[in-house]
Amino acid sequence: MRLQYPPNVKIICLPCTGKVDLIHILRAFEKGADGVYVAGCLEGACQFGNGNIRARKRVEQAKNILEKVGIGGARVQMYNLSSSEAPRFVEIAKEMTEKITAMGPNPIKMAKKKMAA
Amino acid sequence: MIVAKQKPLEEIIEELQDYTKILVAGCNECVTVCEAGGKKETAILASSLRMYFLNQGKDVKIDEVTLERQCDHEYLEEIRKVIGSYEAILSLACGVGVQFMAEKYFSVPVFPGVDTCFMGVTEERGVWSERCQGCGQCILARTAGICPVSRCAKRLLNGPCGGSTKGKCEIDKELDCAWQIIIDRLKELGKLEQYEQLSPIKDWSTERAGGPRKITREDIRQ
Repeated sequence: MRLQYPPNVKIICLPCTGKVDLIHILRAFEKGADGVYVAGCLEGACQFGNGNIRARKRVEQAKNILEKVGIGGARVQMYNLSSSEAPRFVEIAKEMTEKITAMGPNPIKMAKKKMAA
Repeated sequence: MIVAKQKPLEEIIEELQDYTKILVAGCNECVTVCEAGGKKETAILASSLRMYFLNQGKDVKIDEVTLERQCDHEYLEEIRKVIGSYEAILSLACGVGVQFMAEKYFSVPVFPGVDTCFMGVTEERGVWSERCQGCGQCILARTAGICPVSRCAKRLLNGPCGGSTKGKCEIDKELDCAWQIIIDRLKELGKLEQYEQLSPIKDWSTERAGGPRKITREDIRQ
């Protein structure tokens, strides 16, 4: 299909979303990511049983923490789609990019710049 | 194991407001198993605190370390060399570890990052329940291996009480009546006659009622 998706989305490949830990998500924000989304298999279709369910819970935990530290829980999101759904993948990439662009840059990144100046 | 739960982030932030160099210290034992203060939770909390303070425009140095145990001298000694570089320690160990840390590093403020709850088991991941109150005089031999001191709301030694209904306790419909389990297990073991033997009055002086407790074993003491 060779569909195009926003170039600002950096993909990190994992064998299963069950590998995504809460600290991975938090570190991404600590390092300055403006948003993170986890794209897992459809619920009920995890090859390893419940990796995507675990990922969903961890994304919820990340939302909760990001909200409390003032970065905004909406910057992290879980999506479920099948690997054959390329158009849906592009749609999600666009949707997330628009949402994060509207929210503005990660305040941590801005604070770090301000402190370094 | 000792079961603890992490304190709300807001409470921890409040504790640490006045400090600019903080060491978050996890513990590799019980609090790791109950996912409250192990290496992973230490990293998550330290990261959360770094982001919070940065977002507040505060330049706060937050480092992390996870000790094998915080209830033994030898492991607590591991941080002696670096302790001077911090204004405060946030310990994610149980109350025992927090206190031992405070005793050892007398001039450094130590704050608890978890609420220590009870001695218990992992029923399943994410579910822990109480099994022992450390009463200092174990009666499990008489009660089919089920502890009425920790599992009966009234700590009855000759139960059940009138509040036991269909195997559940009157304080919570989800809570098993400890004495129902004791009777069921005595039946299973073919020792129901033990139930007929009344338990004598328990000496509670070995429990917390007798004041802080201490064990000294001269045979192994150095």
